[in-house]
Amino acid sequence: MGFRIRPPKGLAFLLLIIAVLVLFLTGCASNDPQNALTPVGPVGQMEAGLFTTIFWIAVVVFIIVEALLLYTVFRFRRRPGNDGMPAQTHGNTALELTWTIIPVLILVGIAVPTLTTIASASNIPTGPNALKVGVVGHQWWWEFDYPSQGVVTADELHLPVGTKVALTIQSADVIHSFWVPKLGGKMQAIPNQVNQMWLQADEIGTFDGQCYQLCGTSHANMRFKVIVQSQADFDKWMADQKTVPAKPTAAEIAKGYQVFTTGPCVGCHTIEGTDAKAKIGPNLTHFGSRTTIAGAIMENNPQNLAKWLEDPPAVKPGSLMPNYHLTKDQVTALVAYLESLK
Amino acid sequence: MATAEHTTATSHPKHRRFGGIWSWVFTVDHKRIGILYLVTAIFFFLVGGLEALLVRSQLAFPGGTVVGPDTFNELFTMHATTMVFLSLMPMSVSFFNIVVPLQIGARDVAFPRLNAFSYWVYLFGALLLNSSYLFGGAPNAGWFGYANLTELPFNNATHGIDFWVLGLQVLGVSSMAGAFNFLVTIVNCRAPGMTFMRMPLFTWMTLVTSFLLVFAFPVLTVGLIELMFDRFFGTNFFNPAAGADPILWQHLFWLFGHPEVYILILPAMGIVSDVLPTFSRKPLFGYPVVAYSGVAIGFMAWGVWVHHMFTAGLGPVADAVFSLTTMLIAVPTGIKIFNWIGTIWGGTLNMKTPLYFALGFIAMFTIGGLSGVMLASPPADWLEADTYFVVAHLHYVLFGGTIYGLFAGIYYWFPKVTGRMLDETFGLIHFWLMTIGFNLTFAPMHVLGMDGMPRRIYTYPTGMGWDLWNLVATIGAFTIGASILVFVYNAMSSVRFGKRAGADPWDGRTLEWMIPSPPPDYNFVQIPYVHGREPLWLEKHPETGLGHGHPVPVPIAGGAPELGEYANGGPTADDLGIHLPDPSYYPFIAALGLALTFAGLLIGKAPPPSWMSVVGLLCLFYGVYGWIFEPVTGY
Repeated sequence: MGFRIRPPKGLAFLLLIIAVLVLFLTGCASNDPQNALTPVGPVGQMEAGLFTTIFWIAVVVFIIVEALLLYTVFRFRRRPGNDGMPAQTHGNTALELTWTIIPVLILVGIAVPTLTTIASASNIPTGPNALKVGVVGHQWWWEFDYPSQGVVTADELHLPVGTKVALTIQSADVIHSFWVPKLGGKMQAIPNQVNQMWLQADEIGTFDGQCYQLCGTSHANMRFKVIVQSQADFDKWMADQKTVPAKPTAAEIAKGYQVFTTGPCVGCHTIEGTDAKAKIGPNLTHFGSRTTIAGAIMENNPQNLAKWLEDPPAVKPGSLMPNYHLTKDQVTALVAYLESLK
Repeated sequence: MATAEHTTATSHPKHRRFGGIWSWVFTVDHKRIGILYLVTAIFFFLVGGLEALLVRSQLAFPGGTVVGPDTFNELFTMHATTMVFLSLMPMSVSFFNIVVPLQIGARDVAFPRLNAFSYWVYLFGALLLNSSYLFGGAPNAGWFGYANLTELPFNNATHGIDFWVLGLQVLGVSSMAGAFNFLVTIVNCRAPGMTFMRMPLFTWMTLVTSFLLVFAFPVLTVGLIELMFDRFFGTNFFNPAAGADPILWQHLFWLFGHPEVYILILPAMGIVSDVLPTFSRKPLFGYPVVAYSGVAIGFMAWGVWVHHMFTAGLGPVADAVFSLTTMLIAVPTGIKIFNWIGTIWGGTLNMKTPLYFALGFIAMFTIGGLSGVMLASPPADWLEADTYFVVAHLHYVLFGGTIYGLFAGIYYWFPKVTGRMLDETFGLIHFWLMTIGFNLTFAPMHVLGMDGMPRRIYTYPTGMGWDLWNLVATIGAFTIGASILVFVYNAMSSVRFGKRAGADPWDGRTLEWMIPSPPPDYNFVQIPYVHGREPLWLEKHPETGLGHGHPVPVPIAGGAPELGEYANGGPTADDLGIHLPDPSYYPFIAALGLALTFAGLLIGKAPPPSWMSVVGLLCLFYGVYGWIFEPVTGY
């Protein structure tokens, strides 16, 4: 009775499933800032490629299993008048062996590219052509240092385009996890452990990253940016970073310098060329050259900086920089000074 | 003979009796303890669900302000801890209690008082854990509680972690006691003729789960005790400042945590393996293979824990080895799925609510299994780890799998427990509403994950491409909430006004459907003799017994006439001369003492132990002492 209408129904359902899956994958691979399936470097590309391979294998298995299930249910559901006794089948060795062996073969097909990709991903580049970068996770900001150049910065990682980068990833407090979805990777930053991975960005631009391991109150506010530049621009940036800022002379900026060097700031921060040499908070030597502040959650501009200095925990809950109840004048002076540190 | 015993009985001291609420507090009857477990587990299911709805409300829109960051961390920590330890596991245990003794033809579990003790320890442990909300703050470091975020220097604003450390140890005692009890029950209390290869699949999976519990919980307890010593007594197991390697916690936790996943899923697989044959009117397809693949999953559970740590930097060799072992688990899992489809193939499907949920299990769990294979490949995992992709995966396994399976069990055995049917219309509304809501909530999370949304963030800026799918997920979550309300209404009204069930409402195949619903306290008038895998079906349809090599009708002692005979209260155990264990208040006292001992550690938090711990210990010793020397009345 229902037989004649069943095949079109089943076909429509199958088409619906395929449409949903296509929508799903197109939804997955988008130009959103932290999309993992539109990578711009070789590491991300091989990982996303493997993901996509396994995804389509999974889709095929999914369609077969679900279609088989639905077909079986529709075909064998009890209809009025059918109270018959089905054959009491107990099993079928040949069938059961088949559906044991086929999954094994599929898994072998997934395991082989998995192993080769693990091998390439763990082949950390060494030698003079690879840029070495140290990444240190802090509650709740990222520190980046270039050991060969002796430069330390925070919140923004500058990389030259098309260069292999060897990262060492560590933590200053609890476990964090470092990931720039567009570049690939993901690695935990664990205290007392030095993890390694490598990346390469093949496109100039700014890419978002953030902490992926629960690390306390402001885990959500532990963001960072990777700024990929041409080699020339990167070299210029690096040269700027290496210069030691001169002692300011302009009135407001000098007042800010005074507030900074005599206030609580020096207890945690470093600014090269001053007495501030503490390493608890971010290095502020070239603070004014950064585009974001406070764990890359806000644009770096005088208004936002003033807001931050007036009450850090109000901007970033749990912030380890407490509210020092600075006066309006002190804040204005500090903003002028810090923004001058290009 | 029976009469002679009966006369002897009356000459002994009368059984201790308790009425009203005390008949529940002091009960040692496995069915009543099962009901206590079930009701408590459903209560905590609602609590955990409420926590989930708050989490989803906060994330509905970018920059949400429903709760603050600290409260958010508490909510998702308690959502997972509650669902795993206080809801899904105890719900499985409620079925162990209600169903296993009936399926194996026993009068009770091997250690009825230990069984009561398990329940009360569970309840008090759950209350201890949740009381943290009232004393400053709940645990806030995730259900996995990664060190060193749980250490005092990073987590001293509240006592949440202290409650977590102590609460989980208390709950561990309950799980261990329960697991040993069911191991002994299944090994020793099976009716004559019920060999291992004749046990119903749910009983099989209870056996495997109990083994996993016995081996897994001590590993967690080791980690918890080390953490407790760090926090209470200043040791340095997980303190990097003193040179510790906090990755030790990850190993300990996941060496427990992965078997725990199978502890959660195997009972549900057992339920599905029992429900499908009943509603297909066919035996389970490939029974030995389904049973052995369950055992295989149980063994393989111990060799895969590092797949939770692929981003911890353990190196290519560890990643490769654990990737292969993890993929291997897909084989027995796949076998189960195909054998289930083989079971319904060629059957006469009786489309009732339990079958819908069992089919829903297969359909949804398949998705979770496939995303599991995607997570098993480390390079793919490096993209997926700690994103919403994992949230989607784990919910397709634990909701699409475990919760669908458990609801199949509730609709299936509710008539056996209460004597009344759950309403079919509401049952189907529940099923479809939940299925729509479930997929609306968790399918978009795959997309969110690959779009880079991290887990456990309380806020996200707009412009990340996450706005739409988060809103959809939140709408889905409230749809699930609505479906659960339909279920709760259905259960509460059906328990009073539902259609009378009779002994065998589903045309069942296993022993539990042979006796009245609800079963008398002694279960079986006479312990049945089992001749095949599906003893009741063989008795009803002896002509179908060819496959077992038992073409003759099977004489189940006290058999057919018993079907539904005592629906309106038959003879009591005393009338029949059946010895049943007496109610006892010692398990309750011992459990209370244990909980007080642990709770007391939170007062003062330093040696010597507080007054509450002293009272608790005295209580515990009194309970155990009284328990040991409790006289046996009756026979």
